[in-house]
Amino acid sequence: MNTDHIVSSFDADLNRIESLVLEMGGLVEQQLLTCTKALKLGDRSLAKDVIRNDAKINALEAEVNQMSIELLALRQPMASDLRTVVMTLKIANHLERVGDYIKNMARRTNTITKADAFIGSVSTLTRMSAKVQVMINDALDAYNRRDPEAAEAVRGDDEDVDQMHNGLFRELLTYMMEDTRNISGCMHLLFIAKNIERMGDHAAEIAGETVYLVTGEWPTDKRVKGDRTSRMIFTPEELGEAE
Amino acid sequence: MRKLTGTSMTESSQETERDLIMTARNVDVFYGSKQAIKNVDLDIPKGSITALIGPSGCGKSTFLRCLNRMNDRIDICKVSGDIRYAGQDIYAPKVDPVALRARIGMVFQKPNPFPKSIFDNVAYGPKIHGLSSSKSEMADRVETALKQAGLFDEVSDRLDEPGTSLSGGQQQRLCIARAIAVEPDVILMDEPCSALDPIATAVVEELMESMRDDYTIAIVTHSMQQAARISQKTAFFHLGELIEYGDTGQIFTNPKETRTQSYISGRIG
Repeated sequence: MNTDHIVSSFDADLNRIESLVLEMGGLVEQQLLTCTKALKLGDRSLAKDVIRNDAKINALEAEVNQMSIELLALRQPMASDLRTVVMTLKIANHLERVGDYIKNMARRTNTITKADAFIGSVSTLTRMSAKVQVMINDALDAYNRRDPEAAEAVRGDDEDVDQMHNGLFRELLTYMMEDTRNISGCMHLLFIAKNIERMGDHAAEIAGETVYLVTGEWPTDKRVKGDRTSRMIFTPEELGEAE
Repeated sequence: MRKLTGTSMTESSQETERDLIMTARNVDVFYGSKQAIKNVDLDIPKGSITALIGPSGCGKSTFLRCLNRMNDRIDICKVSGDIRYAGQDIYAPKVDPVALRARIGMVFQKPNPFPKSIFDNVAYGPKIHGLSSSKSEMADRVETALKQAGLFDEVSDRLDEPGTSLSGGQQQRLCIARAIAVEPDVILMDEPCSALDPIATAVVEELMESMRDDYTIAIVTHSMQQAARISQKTAFFHLGELIEYGDTGQIFTNPKETRTQSYISGRIG
């Protein structure tokens, strides 16, 4: 297929939107890296940088939205172009959400550091965060290269993150049972873990949307939803949720 | 369903293909030595709008004109293959092309009302086909056709005025009323909106949508947006071949063929 449009400015518009999304992705990865470092080192100044920088991601998303809507109205894209614009819009939205989770993580880091609250399980949180960062990177790389197989691999990676999250939930629960003074810090850490787990879900969604963008078909196999923390004390049978 | 011939041709018994009002198999069309249509197979489902799209010269209009034998009038044009309407071979020797065109009407790119009154434009078809036995029956028929074409309210007080006195969009709807006055099953439309402004186009598109209950429509259009808006099935022609045929939603979001993708996304003309 000829890859270029007869109207070359159409290609220029599409490329501009895509590069904005990739720029968003780069910022999100950088934010996650910095925030994790802030948590690990108890560095409030770094955490505050992260909170401030979230506005840049939001501004980029607004620009993507505006440009996409204009492109839809003025160029009326069809087929793969239509899929590209709509999926790119969705991907930008995922990245904006991930940015919000990171900001929330930074706020909690700031709070627990200032309160000198209990901090445990940091190595697991760091591993989770590193894994999610790789997932976001790989998902956007698959998007940029239009590689549905690489995207499928990212969807599979989400299970590792879910498993780490489930393990962490138990770990933190144990700390809280051991000493009630740990509860405040552990609650914040639990939310941070949940935030990172949700970021993994968004990365997997980006990957699924990339598969659709390239192939025109949604991935058929259901992704394993690995957050089992709601069933950690009672089994699904005991909860009356067994299927 | 009425017969295509005055006398001997029997009704088709191909009940299995009831949902397909027209079928075309292995259709080739030559203009002299130049082949305009190459081995096209295409079905037209009943009660639907089928859009034929493709670049200029791809054969879409030529193909459409085969469906009611409009090409018969062009001496150098030779049509071969099997085209059936309600199971009957429309190129069979006994078929009367005039009777056929009453069943399979046509609306052209440029509105072409007769130099007659609005009333007589619509009454013309029923008159020559002997479809009305009295003046009042004819008046009813004309009114019904004008109503179905969404034009009656705009012209009811001036049916005696010339058809050519109407606006472009109204003239095109008059032509549609003229086509439906003889109660056809299929209406072929060859770029019916290309001479109309966007509002008149929207009115005709709305009309087409409302006609789906009673008629099957096949439309050739240069506007891909129009095809996407109004049709349920889309056929993409390129260089005389049918490249892809499918549900309109699928063709415009996820075409299977590279050439379809290239054309509808503006990469080849």
